[in-house]
Amino acid sequence: MTASGATNGAATNGSGQAGSAGTRSLSIRGLTKEYRRGTPVLKGITLDVAGQGITAIIGPSGTGKSTLIRCINRLVEPTEGEIWFQGIDLARLRGKALREARRRIGMVFQEYNLVERLSVMENLLCGRLGYVSPVRAWLRRFAQADIDRAFELLDIVGLKGFAGQRADALSGGQRQRVGIARAVMQRPDLLLADEPTSSLDPKTSVEIMELMADLTARNDIPVVLNIHNVELAKRFAVRIVGMAGGHVVFDGPPGDLRDEHLKQIYGGEGWLE
Amino acid sequence: MIADQRRWERFTPQERLLRFTFYLVAVAAFMVSVQTVDVIPEFLYDAPEQVVDLFARMWPMDWKYYPKSVHEALIETLHIASLGTILSLALALPVGILAARNVVPVAAINQLAKLILVSSRSVNSLVWALLFVAIFGPGALAGTLAIAFRSIGFVGKLFGEALEEAQRGPVEALTAAGAPWPSVFLKAYWPQVQPAFWSIALFRWDINIRESAVLGLVGAGGIGVALDTALTLLYWDQVAVVLLTIFAVVILAEIIVTTIRSRII
Repeated sequence: MTASGATNGAATNGSGQAGSAGTRSLSIRGLTKEYRRGTPVLKGITLDVAGQGITAIIGPSGTGKSTLIRCINRLVEPTEGEIWFQGIDLARLRGKALREARRRIGMVFQEYNLVERLSVMENLLCGRLGYVSPVRAWLRRFAQADIDRAFELLDIVGLKGFAGQRADALSGGQRQRVGIARAVMQRPDLLLADEPTSSLDPKTSVEIMELMADLTARNDIPVVLNIHNVELAKRFAVRIVGMAGGHVVFDGPPGDLRDEHLKQIYGGEGWLE
Repeated sequence: MIADQRRWERFTPQERLLRFTFYLVAVAAFMVSVQTVDVIPEFLYDAPEQVVDLFARMWPMDWKYYPKSVHEALIETLHIASLGTILSLALALPVGILAARNVVPVAAINQLAKLILVSSRSVNSLVWALLFVAIFGPGALAGTLAIAFRSIGFVGKLFGEALEEAQRGPVEALTAAGAPWPSVFLKAYWPQVQPAFWSIALFRWDINIRESAVLGLVGAGGIGVALDTALTLLYWDQVAVVLLTIFAVVILAEIIVTTIRSRII
């Protein structure tokens, strides 16, 4: 399914093919990744992600969930396959075209990946670096609109008054709030999240998922995330993708996920009560 | 399988043999060096007398020599050290970046940068000074360039290593946001290595104060010229003044550097 055209004023320039321009759906075709020749981590993944809602990828450690997410914005180089987004094959992009595609895709990380010695405000503005020239970034000449947007997002994520704090003075939950706000600063057409709650306590994890679900729904941004916590995945996602051994072994709404699927995904059954 | 038959030894017989060989070679090397150095016993025996004699000739110090020649030379030394350090920072920054494998992931460029850094370090300041005196003639310019070129290797190596230790996370995040390379460097790498960079710069300035003090011995300007003059003329009371001045300045630089470091880090 395809969402209606980008409604959030996001830049959609660069989408080559007519018809698919402005949509936010993602289409992965035969994606393979080998870190070492002959031992693929991803074995020909084919996956279509609709342009709205949260798609959660679950699966055991080391099965390539993270690799899959990172192939989409090319933090990891795919070995083979196509990744179509807004009429462009992301797997084939290089240089400026790749940077322009990347700035339309936000990312949230397990370890937050904030710049520790910079203030919260500067971390948020880092989300705009794809649009700001290096000289302006150096001189800290950010557009007033970006600064206004950053303050607005800080209020929304519950960090009002934290703009001047250094990132390393924040707690884990607060850091992830900054991480999410930074990604949303990009006004992305797609948000990727690599284990966004794995470093957080259970209560904070739920709060962070609520925030991410709320913020992306409000801005009509589709989310692809991988997550260890099956309960959280079922609670927030509209669709669950179960991976095992580099293959997709389950794909469907959370309601359809049964114990036998979990056995197939994670192996064994002793851990299921 | 009885429990008390389990044996444990810190080293295998092979390792023990290797260790023994190492000690043997070390002792042998020491014996050979003593023979090669060819110590003349007579010179060794009267060394204490010579020292006493030297100090006697140094005292009382010729304080009038300070305003006459030392002060101006001292200021020139400070200029050589500071300008040389600043120049080396400007030159070492790009080379250090090119040497860091994570920042510039091209092995050939890393190797070239490391070659530059090693060549800079493998040549002593005095040799650099001799070289620049030959090119630009004697004076402070040769001294400044000698200090700068010797420091590139030091600053560049340590700065490059600091860059390689930078965390990958922020770099990934900014890359994922579509930031161009200069912005990634500026906002992800630089904030992480900034304290290290200034710390290295101060440390090198401290070293350069000491090194520039002797550059005058080969005609590259500074307080070493005054020292050289006094030494050649055997005016030991003036030599003492110069040495004391150098000592005072080095201590002062040390205090300044320690104070600034504790403030910025």
